[in-house]
Amino acid sequence: MIEVQDLTKTYGQVTAVDHVSFSVNEGEILGFLGPNGAGKTTTMRILTGYMPATSGTARVAGFDVFQDSMQVRSHIGYLPEAPPVYPDMTVASYLDFVLRIKNVPSDKRRARIDDALEKTKISDKRNELIKRLSRGYKQRVGLAQALVHDPLVIILDEPTVGLDPKQIIEVRNLIKALAGTHTIILSTHILPEVSMTCDRVVIINKGKIVAVDTPQNLTTQLKGGQKIHIDTQAPENPLKDLLKGIPGANRVELSPARSDGHITATIETASGRDIRSQIASGIVQKGWPLYELRGMNMSLEDIFLELTTDDAAHATPSN
Amino acid sequence: MRSMYAIYRKEIGHYFVSPVAYIVVALFIFLTAYFFTLYLTDAILQAYQAPPDFDAPSWILRLFLGLIALVVLFFIPMVTMGLFAEERKRGTIELLMTSPIREVDIVLGKFFASLTMFIAMLLPTAIFLAVVWFHSDPVPPFRMILAGYLGVLLFGGCLLALGLFLSSLTENQIVAAALTFGAFLILWALDFGSRGSGPTAQVVSYLSVINHFEDFTRGIIDTSGLIYYVSFIVFFLFLAVRSLDSMRWRRA
Repeated sequence: MIEVQDLTKTYGQVTAVDHVSFSVNEGEILGFLGPNGAGKTTTMRILTGYMPATSGTARVAGFDVFQDSMQVRSHIGYLPEAPPVYPDMTVASYLDFVLRIKNVPSDKRRARIDDALEKTKISDKRNELIKRLSRGYKQRVGLAQALVHDPLVIILDEPTVGLDPKQIIEVRNLIKALAGTHTIILSTHILPEVSMTCDRVVIINKGKIVAVDTPQNLTTQLKGGQKIHIDTQAPENPLKDLLKGIPGANRVELSPARSDGHITATIETASGRDIRSQIASGIVQKGWPLYELRGMNMSLEDIFLELTTDDAAHATPSN
Repeated sequence: MRSMYAIYRKEIGHYFVSPVAYIVVALFIFLTAYFFTLYLTDAILQAYQAPPDFDAPSWILRLFLGLIALVVLFFIPMVTMGLFAEERKRGTIELLMTSPIREVDIVLGKFFASLTMFIAMLLPTAIFLAVVWFHSDPVPPFRMILAGYLGVLLFGGCLLALGLFLSSLTENQIVAAALTFGAFLILWALDFGSRGSGPTAQVVSYLSVINHFEDFTRGIIDTSGLIYYVSFIVFFLFLAVRSLDSMRWRRA
């Protein structure tokens, strides 16, 4: 349904999107995950025909986003970061306006509006002026706007921003319900959102794709690998040598010893190996006291940080 | 065409749902009515003192149309400042630009909406002219009134097109209004530069928005003036379309 090939966008010296390629199958929900300024919005804007790419191609529903922009635009529903609503219109007249500029014939408009209001659960706000609605309701009007013309592809830029926890759950359920009949791309920097709603995740950082996979695969891929946290009292270098010497320990990070002699370390292990007992016996054999030994599964956050931060920033273990 | 109408409808709703339209129309009527009364009393006094050897009704008509043009200069920036600046500020421009609608339809829809708004401002002034029409002897020729109003409409259309274009350059409505007002004043001031007889003065005189207007107030529908106004409007609407198009390329 969506094919992106070598998409690049530069603003003067800055490369916002750097040779990005991915594809989305029909009926799939693709999560676009990345820190702020990673190029998520730029990629989405290119897909919606809002702005052209510097190079590369993108096809939506078989149409090139640049050459057949009009066809692409009539097959796309788009919710930008801020809902594009007119405050002095009522919800229904706003949706009617959207249907008009999407070229939906007049005999279908009424039913489409009812449907969109129903799906986003704002039927009771139908004749309310948009400026009188709360942030959460405005966001839902924005969502209704993106799906009101029943497009093939729905592109949502941070759809749950500004909603309260209950509304977030409702919106996620709505998005899941839309999949199958619609192909959806959503961007977010909230990790649980991706694992809860998306079929596949594209992790993007500094304009480049760093990973594409299902949320499950991404988690299990690194879940096999464990992080082990220890707290002991030992001289720094011998401790490091000991830990590194244990087979299966991939990476060892020591924090500097505190004034009371305590030293903590984080050990990342290769997948499928549990080396906790080796660590414990190794430390005890040396006669060092062991205060704490704890295994931590790597979450999607760790993977995300792993993939999107430099090694320098990685020195502080996340927990 | 259908999408253009959708834009037109939305803009009209925007003008008349918000208090903007009513305030603008009310102020406009107040100002024009005030000056009209002044001119009328002035004409009546003159007529009493000396038997009118001049065509008082036509004189009033010309003065009044000139006055409308002047007042319009102050009001049009208020009508056009929000047309694109507000869409850019609110982010609704993203909805328009990602919908299957051409830039030219957006621009024309907005232009005709602002023109409708302008006509709504002008309509009440017809009451003043009706007063002149029914109480003067001889009545001023009807074609003079028609030509005068056509002139006002074309003159206002130029300012609307220019204001529309300038509104597309910024997301700040105040900046849009200030730019529009400044640009109008410069175009108006070209008239002063046209005093003289050299070829430069002739070119400047042709370019001045107000010079052609004066022909219309005399009841003359001059082809050169007509062409000037229509091409002025088309030119700035074209620039507005280009400006929307270029927004896609420079947006950061």
